[in-house]
Amino acid sequence: MTPTSPSVAIPDPNDEGTLVAQAQAGDSAAFAELVNRYQRKIYRLAKHITQNDEDAEDVLQDAFLKAYEHLKGFHGQSKFYTWIVRIAVNESLMKLRKRKGDRFVSLDEPIDTGEEEVKREVAVWEGNPEQQYSQEELQGILNEAVETLKPDFRTVFTLRDIEELSTEETAQTLGISVPAVKSRLLRARLELREKLTRKFKRKGDDAFGYL
Amino acid sequence: MVTCKQFLKDLNDYLDPNVDPVIKVHLEKHVTECPNCFVIVDTTRRTLQVYRGLEPKEIPDDVKARLWKALERKMAAER
Repeated sequence: MTPTSPSVAIPDPNDEGTLVAQAQAGDSAAFAELVNRYQRKIYRLAKHITQNDEDAEDVLQDAFLKAYEHLKGFHGQSKFYTWIVRIAVNESLMKLRKRKGDRFVSLDEPIDTGEEEVKREVAVWEGNPEQQYSQEELQGILNEAVETLKPDFRTVFTLRDIEELSTEETAQTLGISVPAVKSRLLRARLELREKLTRKFKRKGDDAFGYL
Repeated sequence: MVTCKQFLKDLNDYLDPNVDPVIKVHLEKHVTECPNCFVIVDTTRRTLQVYRGLEPKEIPDDVKARLWKALERKMAAER
């Protein structure tokens, strides 16, 4: 800090905490700004978990409506974003249960992450997919890969590796243990690695280019 | 001596930037000696990178319009 810097921090009007406080005081424009900020992420999250356009739209609406309704009860123990993610995940899981009925696997059920269950495609990737495909094409490939994961795995992967929640936040959001998050994440990552490697691998004799 | 099976079980730890350096060094040794695990680490890293680098797509206009309509109704009702 330079000697001329003010000793009291001026609140940033775009700061999440400031917006939440303003929205709690009844400022609709502040709440609208929070919606604007996170709506795309919440819609993506809902799409990833439910794998259904209609359900994702319902989740998007219900999550923000519920957040608005319960805003006064939000005390800032967590970030607003983590809070809205938690609401959206609960709504998404409810949709999924409704749609799948009894076939839905409980998130508490232990899973086998035995190495032999995940096949190995050991090949290097050809260049950078980010440069070889358009953003839209790449999005399609990545979404398709996530879609093939079982709901338990894709939910954990979405929270940890797409929305970048911590292991602890993911465990709390889903109401499962930290070791369960870790084992599901490992499985999801290995399965996705496998699928993307089949798509992006270097073809031909040179597939082991690093060796 | 870490086997491939043990290494893959600990792959998340290896990829975690906050992992205990002692564990990291222990796992690192295996990666430098095992070409298959080296490739698996590299391709897993890149898998995470492409997912993390992806910006969320714009919401379709009609979906967005219905969201705002629902919010406006709610806000008007609470006023």
